[in-house]
Amino acid sequence: MSDSGNRKIGDVILKVDNISLSFGGVKALTNISFDVREHEIRAIIGPNGAGKSSMLNVINGVYLPQEGTITYRGEQRRDMNTHAAAASGIARTFQNIALFTGMTVLDNIMTGRNLKVKATFLEQALWIGRARKEEMEHRRVVEEIIDFLQLQHVRKTPVARLPYGIKKRVELARALAAEPTMLLLDEPMAGMNVEEKQDMCRFVLDTNDQFGTTIVLIEHDMGVVMDISDRVAVLDYGKKIGDGTPAEVRSNPDVIKAYLGAH
Amino acid sequence: MAEATTFPRLLRAHASARPTAPALREKYLGIWQTWTWSETQTEVREMACGLAALGFKRGDNLAIIGDNRPQLYMAFASAQCLGGVAVPMYQDAVADEMTYVLDNAEVKFAIVEDQEQVDKLLEAREKGSHVDHIIFSDPRGLRNYNAPGLQSLDSLRELGRKWDKEHAGTFDAELEKGTSKDVSVMLYTSGTTGKPKGVCQTHEAFIVAAQGGVAFDKLVATDNVLSYLPMAWVGDHLFSYAQWLVAGFTVNCPESAETVMIDLREIGPTYYFAPPRVFEGLLTNVMIRMEDASKLKRWLFDKFMAVAKRSGANILDGNEVSAGDKLMYALGNLFVYGPLKNTLGMSRIRVAYTAGAAIGPDLFRFYRSIGINLKQLYGQTETCAYVTLQPDRQIKFDSVGKAAPSVEVKLAENGEVLVRGPMVLKEYYKRPDATAESIDKEGYFHTGDAGVFDTEGHLKIIDRAKDVGRLASGAMFAPNYIENKLKFFPHIKEAVCFGHDKDNVMAFINIDLTAVGNWAERRNLVYSGYIDLAGKAEVYDLIRDCVEKANAELATEGELSHSQIARFLVLHKELDPDDDELTRTRKVRRGFIAEKYGPLVDALFTGKTVQHIETQVKFEDGRTGSIAADIKIMGAKRFPAVTKAAA
Repeated sequence: MSDSGNRKIGDVILKVDNISLSFGGVKALTNISFDVREHEIRAIIGPNGAGKSSMLNVINGVYLPQEGTITYRGEQRRDMNTHAAAASGIARTFQNIALFTGMTVLDNIMTGRNLKVKATFLEQALWIGRARKEEMEHRRVVEEIIDFLQLQHVRKTPVARLPYGIKKRVELARALAAEPTMLLLDEPMAGMNVEEKQDMCRFVLDTNDQFGTTIVLIEHDMGVVMDISDRVAVLDYGKKIGDGTPAEVRSNPDVIKAYLGAH
Repeated sequence: MAEATTFPRLLRAHASARPTAPALREKYLGIWQTWTWSETQTEVREMACGLAALGFKRGDNLAIIGDNRPQLYMAFASAQCLGGVAVPMYQDAVADEMTYVLDNAEVKFAIVEDQEQVDKLLEAREKGSHVDHIIFSDPRGLRNYNAPGLQSLDSLRELGRKWDKEHAGTFDAELEKGTSKDVSVMLYTSGTTGKPKGVCQTHEAFIVAAQGGVAFDKLVATDNVLSYLPMAWVGDHLFSYAQWLVAGFTVNCPESAETVMIDLREIGPTYYFAPPRVFEGLLTNVMIRMEDASKLKRWLFDKFMAVAKRSGANILDGNEVSAGDKLMYALGNLFVYGPLKNTLGMSRIRVAYTAGAAIGPDLFRFYRSIGINLKQLYGQTETCAYVTLQPDRQIKFDSVGKAAPSVEVKLAENGEVLVRGPMVLKEYYKRPDATAESIDKEGYFHTGDAGVFDTEGHLKIIDRAKDVGRLASGAMFAPNYIENKLKFFPHIKEAVCFGHDKDNVMAFINIDLTAVGNWAERRNLVYSGYIDLAGKAEVYDLIRDCVEKANAELATEGELSHSQIARFLVLHKELDPDDDELTRTRKVRRGFIAEKYGPLVDALFTGKTVQHIETQVKFEDGRTGSIAADIKIMGAKRFPAVTKAAA
């Protein structure tokens, strides 16, 4: 199912080298290196506390690692900050949903267009000049995403009133609204039932297929990871213990020991 | 009375008489998009020519599967332009169910909505079906499919434009060849018993039925309908296709199945058709929201609903009403009924129909009392959903009205309703035995429903003729009738009654998760899900009250007083069409259920108080699992029979 014919996996788009991150005495990540290729679905898995979310936070600049470099689209840097990450086409979702709960789904997704807005504050406030034309264009993009993720029925519903599974989808929608080249998903299926998980898998695959978005995915659910990922990196206690295709990872003895259970 | 015409000719006439009037609308990307009659005609022509280019010819069947979409309604016409037959199929059917119909109808061409349907057809193809050409309207997720014969609707139309140029005049010649006696559509019956049968209906049948209905209710070109019921259902075909092309009104397609309520409000249809369960769902929602409303609002609502109950229906029927009541009703309209109708999206409705199952008297009266002209009709797939209609101002909640224009209705000796007229089916597809069985020598179609005429000539349907049984005592037992009584309680979603050849009547109950869930929340009753809630002692008490109320009513109904429910249980799972317990139109398959839950039925009749059961369930993705539960059984109070005079 994941292998959909002519979706071409390209060159390395993101490379992290020898990243180490610690909080005081706690070593969250130790000497981690891996790469992500263009258009691929790359999973990072590992038991609780393995450092998966920390790794994502390093990639999009929330944490500043003590050691190591990040190379994104050929540009090497030690520290990525969140604004630079967003401006360079990296969008993300969060493990604990981080939406504006009092706003409607539509408005929440609209905020994803923030970086694309050219009109000044005054123009927007008075809805004159560029603001008018721009808003229509942004609304069109947002409507396409609403259609894509099948959120029409909750378009004007405040997010606070939505069930958990739909909120997760709204978060994905907001990330997509930024038209990212790379999407970081932090446990998109956590806490979902079977049906919601299936829907989410479909949406992740469709996003990857239709927009060619590179996807870096953290996930607990092994079934999901093995089904939809092109390559999987495995972390344990802040160290990388395995890397490769789902089949390779599955037969890696270290991974079996650390994650899938002994024997 | 109907001049010999066909649906493609009707479409052509609208396109030339009113080319810029709106024919179809669909909400897309949050905006209502319109197809004018001339645009509709052009698209139909392109689709038809595209099909012709692929080799579709006179007499071929075209499968149509998906939610209500303008392109799919056009697909009906495109097949008919070429003298083909449209075969709409239920969009939520699983691949296996589809395979049967595809094979039975020898379908080689299919126009479908999206990837979901394409996947099912490809699965059917693997199992040996010969669906050579699959055309989809929504390309999402299908970019990398390269199955042979698979293409998008856009590319079909492109092909059609080219073919039309190369074969100038062929399309028009094909359209002219069509006659009103040709089969226009084949609708598969839901199959309460046995395999589904293809009901062949001619252009004439549906056009006569549509013309009758249009004249009866004075439908005009400026009317609007919202089409959201399955396209494979005869009701939708009559209301959103046949009447659309006869009256020339506008058909509006919702954005998605989940947005129907929102779309209903935006469109404000003037003509509306829904099975009772939709009206019931709407009312349940209103009642739940009212319970959460402020005291003042609740007081206003209760006060004015009492006024409406007293005089609303009379005002609607044009009967004499006192000036004081008129004034109160006008105030009520200002404060309650008007805003309520607006919320429901029913402000502009001139005529609304319900059919397909019995509607609860309270439910029916509620809508009429707030000024919605809700009426009942009766019909089957085999009669184009057109046998009897309730004339304005002659509305009774327990009858289905008088014979519609050009229909002859009579009763057989055993009470079965017989129907004759142009709307009766031509035949069951490839089933001469079934055709001969249901149409007699005089041309009467045997409906299988048992009915009676009242003194004013209104038909009243009691039950399926074959379902009407006898208790061991010999008293009449009409399970449907009792089940409907139970289902009229908002807390009960489904009910199944047993009692044929037995001493007493027993019942399975399905609670309504929304209504009972809300009721439980209000009482701080904690539950973890459907099974847990269904087994709660408090819920059993709630349901027992409902059952006993139904018993009290039955006690006043003569022979049926013997059918009072002795014992009941609340099922641990919802009855579901995916598990074959309901038909796709949500009718209870009593025999199947009795077999599947045999131990429960036995436990009811043998007087046990608890019974363990393990049940197979099918998930939406086709996998199966099982759930187990210990089910409690409870007795209900029965009442001595009361004669009408005493009541």
